Amino acid sequence: MTQTTAESATRKQRAQIRVRTLRTDRWWLAPAFTFAGLLLFLIYGFWAIFDKTYFADPYIAPFTSPCLATSCPEGARFLGLAPFGDWYTLPPGILILGLPGGFRLTCYYYRKAYYRSFWLSPPACAVAEPHGRYTGETRLPLILQNIHRYFFYFAVIVGLILTYDAVLALVHKPAGLGTWILVVNAALILCYTFGCHSCRHITAGRLNHFSKHPLRYRWWTLVSRLNARHQQFAWASLFSVMIADLYVRLVAKGVINFPFA
Amino acid sequence: MGYKAKFRVWRGEGGEGRLEDFTVEVNEGEVVLDVIHRLQATQAPDLAVRWNCKAGKCGSCSMEINGKPRLGCMTRMSTFDEDETITVTPLRTFPVIKDLVTDVSFNYRKAREIPSFTPPADVKPGEYRMQQVDVERSQEFRKCIECFLCQNVCHVIRDHEENKPNFAGPRYLMRIAELDMHPYDVADRKELAQEVHGLGYCNITKCCTEVCPEHIKITDNALIPMKERVVDKKYDPLVWLGSKIFKRQR
Amino acid sequence: MERHEYDVVVIGAGGAGLRAAIEARQQGKRTAIVCKSLFGKAHTVMAEGGAAAAMGNVNPNDNWMVHFRDTMRGGKFLNNWRMAELHAKEAPDRVWELEAWGALFDRTKDGKISQRNFGGHEYPRLAHVGDRTGLELIRTLQQRVVALQQEDEKLHGDPEAYIKVFAECTITRLLKDGDAIAGAFGYWRETGDFIVFEAPAVVLATGGIGKSYVVTSNSWEYTGDGHALALLAGAKLINMEFIQFHPTGMVWPPSVRGILVTESVRGDGGVLRNSEGRRFMFDYIPDVFKDKYATTEEEADRWYTDQANNRRPPELLPRDEVARAINAEVKAGRGSPQGGVYLDVSTRLPAAEIIKRLPSMHHQFKELADVDITKEPMQVGPTCHYIMGGVEVDADTGAASVPGLFAAGEVSGGMHGSNRLGGNSLSDLLVFGRRAGAGAAAYVDSLTTRPKPTGIEEAKAEALAPLQRTGGENPYEVHHELQRTMNDLVGIIRKAEEMSEALQVIEKLKERAKNCASTGSRIYNPGWHLALDLRNMLLVSECVAKAALMREESRGGHTRDDFPTMSPEWRRKLLVCSATPDGTSITVEEKIQPSMRSDLIRLFERSELEKYLTEEELAEYDAAVKES
Repeated sequence: MTQTTAESATRKQRAQIRVRTLRTDRWWLAPAFTFAGLLLFLIYGFWAIFDKTYFADPYIAPFTSPCLATSCPEGARFLGLAPFGDWYTLPPGILILGLPGGFRLTCYYYRKAYYRSFWLSPPACAVAEPHGRYTGETRLPLILQNIHRYFFYFAVIVGLILTYDAVLALVHKPAGLGTWILVVNAALILCYTFGCHSCRHITAGRLNHFSKHPLRYRWWTLVSRLNARHQQFAWASLFSVMIADLYVRLVAKGVINFPFA
Repeated sequence: MGYKAKFRVWRGEGGEGRLEDFTVEVNEGEVVLDVIHRLQATQAPDLAVRWNCKAGKCGSCSMEINGKPRLGCMTRMSTFDEDETITVTPLRTFPVIKDLVTDVSFNYRKAREIPSFTPPADVKPGEYRMQQVDVERSQEFRKCIECFLCQNVCHVIRDHEENKPNFAGPRYLMRIAELDMHPYDVADRKELAQEVHGLGYCNITKCCTEVCPEHIKITDNALIPMKERVVDKKYDPLVWLGSKIFKRQR
Repeated sequence: MERHEYDVVVIGAGGAGLRAAIEARQQGKRTAIVCKSLFGKAHTVMAEGGAAAAMGNVNPNDNWMVHFRDTMRGGKFLNNWRMAELHAKEAPDRVWELEAWGALFDRTKDGKISQRNFGGHEYPRLAHVGDRTGLELIRTLQQRVVALQQEDEKLHGDPEAYIKVFAECTITRLLKDGDAIAGAFGYWRETGDFIVFEAPAVVLATGGIGKSYVVTSNSWEYTGDGHALALLAGAKLINMEFIQFHPTGMVWPPSVRGILVTESVRGDGGVLRNSEGRRFMFDYIPDVFKDKYATTEEEADRWYTDQANNRRPPELLPRDEVARAINAEVKAGRGSPQGGVYLDVSTRLPAAEIIKRLPSMHHQFKELADVDITKEPMQVGPTCHYIMGGVEVDADTGAASVPGLFAAGEVSGGMHGSNRLGGNSLSDLLVFGRRAGAGAAAYVDSLTTRPKPTGIEEAKAEALAPLQRTGGENPYEVHHELQRTMNDLVGIIRKAEEMSEALQVIEKLKERAKNCASTGSRIYNPGWHLALDLRNMLLVSECVAKAALMREESRGGHTRDDFPTMSPEWRRKLLVCSATPDGTSITVEEKIQPSMRSDLIRLFERSELEKYLTEEELAEYDAAVKES
């Protein structure tokens, strides 16, 4: 083996193994679960956007928070605001869902998850992908994944609003189960949001001399610790936000009506 | 203690070949490479396999064991059932020379395309002062033993031979990250990473990290941070604007 | 047949080979690097502890003189003192240079290169990166070669114009023109095709001979190629009886038996215990080291935190002492179930600290032996690790006695005397790799005509022979028998009868090796490669056994059961091996070692020298002291 010697073409061939993979383990299990989990979330989200029972004072369903349309009930409005005016008649959730949605859509972890499970590129390591051509994130539309950090900034705002919602619930109805669900959800969302790879880059990842920026380095180490569990937080917060949202709607619908709900 | 294991080993030269069946003795505590060596010594003296240190430090004995890219010397036989047939094939992404030995020259060519460490001209040997926290990130990447398992598993080139000219592979994108994070490196590598070495091809599906025998977090610690650095340079309008204003002020 | 013309051909791409090639190229010579493995896979990656260099970053009292003294002491004063001097003086520059080429060593608080303690070194001296220093060194040199190639590409349009790597290529013969070196002959492992290098200078940097032993830390490449090539080309080997058995190799599972457990485990607090739980090293402190090592466990334990006021633990005695002690404990029936002793760090350091300081050891035991070293002790035993002997070279230039032949690193002899200190090999590679590269470049400059290689047809016939025989012996069988013989009969503890027996076996094996046959084609045929390597292993083993039989004393890496003490008379003598050109017979002769230069010998106390030198030499010492 040398580095550059031109070699005869006949020898320049990969081993001809015609099966797609020789893996003997259940490699399809992880992408299958991921596919099911994400699909469930999409279906639920689609339903939730058009569901109008999102407010059960003081709980507001996370999918609709902050509620900024005039159609929002008085108590549900974020800081009492309704900046959009009467012309806006679509469900209020549509106004804001793009932000956390975009954050998750461009998240480095979710990208891995859906590239593998939806696009099968690749479905699992050392399993051939079914596409003839591959250009990755080098061109439109996937090159847009690079704006992830802007979604991160907005996601921080949304995360803080959800925390504010949880705090409001704590202040108003401290003993309700819903309060704690909102608190746990807000905590998981924050852990997910601040464990983001872009956040890690912004705190100090872009620096080459940590030692000259001790405070930013401290943040970086904290973010790195969250980042190491980004996948776990991604899933935990995905389910917590669904559970919290569903819970509030069920309370609002009167389906859940036990004391301390 | 010992038992007879069923092995299927890919044998052939220059692409053409087939899986050959062997029954071979296995003793307690052995790894796959030991068994391949036993085959060599007893049944197939010309069975070609590349190996060297036998301790997971040199990265020579890369192969695919039951379809998974692994080091032969670090795959213990105790991880398999005794009645399991173990299939051993050469790395799929590179041309095969013979049996389990592949031509990995692709990697050495890519290594040469990456501009070397570029220290400032005025720092002399012996004058380098670096804090431990500043070198730790790059040190992690320098644990790399160049087994090329990440290069082999990466679907960008594994499944698409045509991408080879435009994609350096995880190992060398990590090398770029290593140098870019080096406290004394003054070269700007971001543009190069994206435009020449194909960082944009990476869709962070993390197979490189999964197969790394050194457990280097290639995706999380090298590739994604590098992608973020590229965003600074190329895709972030605010950072771009900020740097213009900042430059004018200076 | 493929032919190439170069100024300098470097055989071996480990630390010494790469450093030599870099130097030759930097001096403007067209340089080829030929290696049996892929580029960057050399055995140097196995070095764990560090590179010894008296930079004084951790303890400012350290300087080249202390390092020189430690090296001479470790080698039991048999070292080539000029080499030890150059080594101690130049090692810091060589380490700093690596940093400018991109190496990232661990740091001290003030940002300098951190240095760690190691057996036989008075001060913390080993520049390191965790426990993978060898990998860092090889990668840095590899990347330096690439950097030079990039320079050449800019200048000449061809990256390989001035330095080219011929990987997976084995050299089987050095070619000569009259008395002088004229090139080298070999084959591509990949295709089996032959290749001839025409070059006036050849640098041998092929490493060691461990594959002649069963239990060894060395990889398959260590078949003594450089030693044998030098012998066959008419050069001489010295100190071949001195083989270092590293005290701590893995003993379980059998497939990894011999693989190294770094000395840093002991440097960082690991202790050796026998099956009775006793820290037995306190029973094995030899007289010459009595005042330098702790005599109680309490003092030894204090040393880890306060090195100024306590003596070091006896676990950190030079390697030969520790290896013999472990050997003795096992023989006395106090060994572990698998025939080693226990090396325990789990009860000495918190788990997180172990993982931080010894990451690759943690990884190695976890993956290879299913042992978690943060929870349980390791089982360790001696393993053949390093040969102090090798090609006799000029200290300043690395030149062997054959014009145009140079050697550096493990394949050269003299620097380490009868025993090498841990950490001195990586610095040896750098210092003498550079010197050999420079020596070769200067030699090429001094020539007026270029030599023309002869003997190519003979070399070709020799290489093809095993493939042309049918029904001959399996080379693997011969190899196994050689390994068993060397391990059992010329191992750590040696006896005259056993060594004579070994020599008889080797004689028979030589005959059998001549009848080895290899099936299959020339394409990547390991059976054929082994058949060719056998010649080298047999030649080297014969040198080891013959020299060991002759040296009637025990010193460093040579322990005679029948001559258990050191003899000042023998200290003055080097044993020099040479061979007939066909390699059929080896002769070993005594040679008197030149006395140490007076300014160097005055670095030692008389009381210390008394343990090593003859009366006559001590008188010289006294005269030197008086004169100053």
